[in-house]
Amino acid sequence: MTASDLLNRLFMAVLTLMGVAVIVFCLLRIVPGDPIAMMISPSATPADIAALRAHYGLDLGLPQQFGIWFMDVLKGNFGTSISQRRDVMELIGERLPATLELAFAALVFGVLAGGVIATLGTLARRTTLDPALDFINGLFLAVPDFVWALALVLLLGVFWPVFPLSGRIDPTLSTYFHTDFYLIESLVTFKFAAFGDLIAHMVMPMLALGLPLAAIVVRTLKEALAEAMVQDYVLLARLKGMSPLRLVLQEALRNAVGPTLTLTGVQFTFMIGGTVIVERIFSYPGLGNMAIDAVINRDLPLIQGIVLTFGAIFILVNILVDLIAGWLNPRGAAHG
Amino acid sequence: MKTIKPLLREPRVVIAGGFLLLLLLIAIFAPYIAPKDPLEQDLMLGNMPPVTSPGAEPGYYLGTDDLGRDVLSRVLYGSRIALTVAFVAASLSAVIGTLMGLAAGWYGGWADRIISRLVDIWMAFPPVLLSVLLVAVLGSGLHSVIAAIVIIDWTRFCRVVRAETMAQARLDYVMAAETIGFSRSHILWREILPNVAPVLIAVVSLEMGIAVIVEAILSFVGLSLSSDIPTWGGMIAQGRQMIHQGWWVFVFPLIALFATVLAFNQLGNGLRKALDPVMRR
Repeated sequence: MTASDLLNRLFMAVLTLMGVAVIVFCLLRIVPGDPIAMMISPSATPADIAALRAHYGLDLGLPQQFGIWFMDVLKGNFGTSISQRRDVMELIGERLPATLELAFAALVFGVLAGGVIATLGTLARRTTLDPALDFINGLFLAVPDFVWALALVLLLGVFWPVFPLSGRIDPTLSTYFHTDFYLIESLVTFKFAAFGDLIAHMVMPMLALGLPLAAIVVRTLKEALAEAMVQDYVLLARLKGMSPLRLVLQEALRNAVGPTLTLTGVQFTFMIGGTVIVERIFSYPGLGNMAIDAVINRDLPLIQGIVLTFGAIFILVNILVDLIAGWLNPRGAAHG
Repeated sequence: MKTIKPLLREPRVVIAGGFLLLLLLIAIFAPYIAPKDPLEQDLMLGNMPPVTSPGAEPGYYLGTDDLGRDVLSRVLYGSRIALTVAFVAASLSAVIGTLMGLAAGWYGGWADRIISRLVDIWMAFPPVLLSVLLVAVLGSGLHSVIAAIVIIDWTRFCRVVRAETMAQARLDYVMAAETIGFSRSHILWREILPNVAPVLIAVVSLEMGIAVIVEAILSFVGLSLSSDIPTWGGMIAQGRQMIHQGWWVFVFPLIALFATVLAFNQLGNGLRKALDPVMRR
């Protein structure tokens, strides 16, 4: 990808994000239900209500509201949450780390588990294990994160209760932290009790998000490996007496990684979207869980902030994937 | 009939299709099949376990929920909402997405640029969050749930149909049709659409599975339908609350949801394999 390609992509990304902003803004202005009505006390006078309306800019015309809101967004100011009466950016800043840690843990799990299974499947080609593996993987591909999360609640939370059912960390341990990246902080400051507790809380939501990803990685990587395994250079290495495992890991994998990576990137954006419901099911205090509360409370500034944050992450991930794919396969990028 | 035969040779199509047909019959004849009224409460019979457990109440095969409502009857009735949403939402998204995809893929130019940009913007929304947001905007209820799914998922059809239309447009038969002097729109509707249809049918089946999940998610969050109407998602949410008192309220609707989603998914993949001319060869 050349510099002008990159600039073009960034320009398009900004355009897309602006589109998202316009749509969110328009959607939320047609929400039935008055956000002010939900925050006032019953004893408020009409003058109080009018003052609040003016405070939140709800008394202005729509184009004016959009203009003010959009200029503020450009400055990184998303306004004040109506339900929590705190700065939206601050709230997002507190919750986003939890979601990012969860999403990256699920990404690492999905890629590692998928990679190992695809490698084993490739080694087991032309045995009875191979079609069995494909069949099971086909089932895994059909199960969405929502159903995984619920099944895990049942299996690892109730029937065999090894992991805590909800939350991010035991409340007695959460007071020690200086940042919101609990997992990373506990690791670098050697707080292993807290680290273990964080991991125990994270296992189930991580599996729910990571298992569908793993299934996709298995399918894509296995297909790419099967293709690579019949290439001349792999056959040559085999003739030279290279062991099957080294053959797969050293020769075939290098050339099969490209297409898998692109698809993993796309799936990663879907997975970030999936955190919304998975966090909800496990009462995990991330951005997605807060998003559903914000919608239920009709908290317009908070919803706008969260949706734009998700949109920005999606677009950023897509650009990163394109960059890495172009870097891995310069020929493909030149054509595309 | 020529197209039916290869379909019946694909085991996934037969098994999954058979299951879904059975489910459809259950949904239609639920009032005759269900042993109890799904709404009838009997607080004296709350939280009864399924018949296989000790202490079960005869006649309540899958137990009762905390209000004493029959779980089996509620699961059977739940198929009505699930299938209604699946069929209506998937068909509507297919129609809208296909029209947009055909326009973008066949006419290109400005139509393509605008539609593709729109799809890009749509893809930047997390779908679950958008569906929750839309239902909050539209108000809860069956119509809103269906509308939310259509508004979000038309892009799936649009992307597939656009790509397929562009691929078809490069083939010889299209050029032949142009040489004969058929009009652009005639070629689109009479020549290209029938060739895009097989891919489309498979995507419709996959979309039905997605629609069932989205409805369950919205019911789970409590935004879909009032609790008077039994839905699998609503039952799962209810069962999640009281999971330590009784697992059955949670498990049986979850099994129904899982089986239905799996069936739509396998049917879609089976159809894609059976109908795709390239893979058949």
